[in-house]
Amino acid sequence: MRRLLLDGIVRAPLTERPPLPGDAAIAELATALDRAAHRRLGRSLSIRTVDAGSCNGCELEINAISNVFYDIERFGIRFVASPRHADVLTVTGPVTRNMADALERTYIAMPDPKWVVAIGDCARDGGCFASSYAVLGGAHHVVPIDLHIPGCPPSPTEILKGLLALMDRVNEKPSERQHRPPENGGHGAANAPRA
Amino acid sequence: MSALVDLVARGTVVPRHSPWPRSLVDVEAWKEAIAALVAGDLTMLGLWGEVAAVHMALTQGSAVAILSLPCPEGVYPSVGRTHPPALRLERAIRDLYGLVPEGLPDTRPWLDHGNWEKSFPPGAGSATLEHLPYAFLPVEGESLHQIAVGPVHAGIIEPGHFRITANGETVVRLEQRLGYTHKGIEALMTGATLDKAAKLAGRVSGDSTVAYAWAFAMAVESAIQLQVPTRAIWLRALMAELERLANHLGDIGAICNDAAFTLLHAHFGGLRERVLRASDIAFGHRLMRDRVVPGGVSTELCPEGLAAIIAVVGEIRRQMPRLVETYENTASLQDRTVGTGVALPTLVQQYGAGGYIGRASGRSFDARRIFEYAPYERVVFEVPVLAEGDVDARVWIRIREVEQSLSLIDQILVQMPDGPLRAEIGSPNRASEGMAIVEGFRGDVLVWLRIGAGGSVERCHLRDPSWFQWPLVEAAAEGNIVADFPLCNKSFNCSYSGHDL
Repeated sequence: MRRLLLDGIVRAPLTERPPLPGDAAIAELATALDRAAHRRLGRSLSIRTVDAGSCNGCELEINAISNVFYDIERFGIRFVASPRHADVLTVTGPVTRNMADALERTYIAMPDPKWVVAIGDCARDGGCFASSYAVLGGAHHVVPIDLHIPGCPPSPTEILKGLLALMDRVNEKPSERQHRPPENGGHGAANAPRA
Repeated sequence: MSALVDLVARGTVVPRHSPWPRSLVDVEAWKEAIAALVAGDLTMLGLWGEVAAVHMALTQGSAVAILSLPCPEGVYPSVGRTHPPALRLERAIRDLYGLVPEGLPDTRPWLDHGNWEKSFPPGAGSATLEHLPYAFLPVEGESLHQIAVGPVHAGIIEPGHFRITANGETVVRLEQRLGYTHKGIEALMTGATLDKAAKLAGRVSGDSTVAYAWAFAMAVESAIQLQVPTRAIWLRALMAELERLANHLGDIGAICNDAAFTLLHAHFGGLRERVLRASDIAFGHRLMRDRVVPGGVSTELCPEGLAAIIAVVGEIRRQMPRLVETYENTASLQDRTVGTGVALPTLVQQYGAGGYIGRASGRSFDARRIFEYAPYERVVFEVPVLAEGDVDARVWIRIREVEQSLSLIDQILVQMPDGPLRAEIGSPNRASEGMAIVEGFRGDVLVWLRIGAGGSVERCHLRDPSWFQWPLVEAAAEGNIVADFPLCNKSFNCSYSGHDL
């Protein structure tokens, strides 16, 4: 292990900044994300993810943005275990009927202000599972969506890009979206005033 | 005559079912099959229903057969009554089709949480039955407390519920409740075109998209007796081994992470990322989704892709030895993994648990070796087996399988011929049935389907290896400390979505 640690000190990090030729997009994105996150939220943005019935493909790629190549934590963005600590909720999957309640409760448990990002094609409209008896067909049936990142699954770079877009939105219009109901009026009480 | 051949001969063999026989049997033969399962002569590969029949896939050595029991009255003798591996499958069959397993001791629903708009949705359907609150198994004793975990977990993983009963730090009982990600995939398959069904199959479990797509395609090709171009078969194997590599590398790192050893997590996570990037360059998708299709493959391997794969294989070979050495020689890590979460060989045998879980507990089953489906009869590889059955053994099986996959990729790249990528499927003019078993990274994926005369899917069943692995997590967690549960669970890494369908 000692050699492994020493090598780690001597060698350049794998994390992709400064950009490698041909791989400039990630680095460009990284710089922009860093600036936007800093302006609005100091240096921290906490994300709670809920798998609302995905095939696990989106989770794999969300996990990947924490690996040494993307290292999302260097921007102050981190994944948290409790919705109580979260600014952003990311949702994956077509929202199965069996997960709707848990998704809604997670959203309610988050403090304001909060944003929701739907990740993947299923979270938009149910994707190829849309017509099933067992799914609601998109996260908007349960929680208000601020941003959608398409893909099946979206690549880590696309997820990073999406979070950047969210940052821009957070900075532009923080007040306009506080009490916007879900598109269909809501699956339940996600937007009801809290006691 | 073996028990399985005898049972098949007792019934009426269904025509146009391949490659293995399917036999319509009576209740007596069904009961004999149950007795053979209990005696350990047969191993269950799957158990599924349709509107008025139940099907049971069985194996003995390298022989495979399906026994089908028509149940026009909606009842059949329970297998789970005496053979516990069938318990959850029978609960699921009842939830989906309303077929009642006579004598099943556990009558609680499994996939149906009372949220669907009707009962038995893929079957005849009916108004929603009344759902009582889910009753977890009772626990009695002094000083016990319960910990409820999920369905939303702390990490970025799939949803499921774990009810842990503990005495101080020690787990007395773990009970799982699954079904949260049930998407009704089999109902969506019914009536779907082969193209649409293939897409669905590739989305049953995202980490095994190649294995599922391959198993589905192979079942279709068996049913309609379609010859797949040789190059396509080799490309499928190449993708399957890349998928195995990526998942095993990610898992080894994640297991170390759950033992709070993040150094290896970072290194193995980096290797996993390199494999995904090489796959992306080679096949145009990091997870290689929708690349295996009925009739062949949808993407050619470009020269840059070939170079990327060769490069990543070299990089893994270069890095693995010192990472493995670190795993092996770090006392604090070994302290967590050795002797933790033991899956007993007898249980593994009884449940027919496959993949690294079976092989870490002495069960050498590997579909690539047992059934030798193409191209695995043309390559040389070892199936690593250990006896300890603990977290450490499951890590070591993965390490050895990474080495085997690297060697397999070398052989595949050397042997792969040029040629067409896909055979025309045409439109079948008569109904037929097919089945396939493909070794995914997690274990054997089984797909059975019936194609109608019009060429669409009439019924398709996809059985994830997790069905026979999840119950072993319950057994393995017992007697361990609560803090080791995530470690045990990660070393099994069962699929939620593949199980819930």
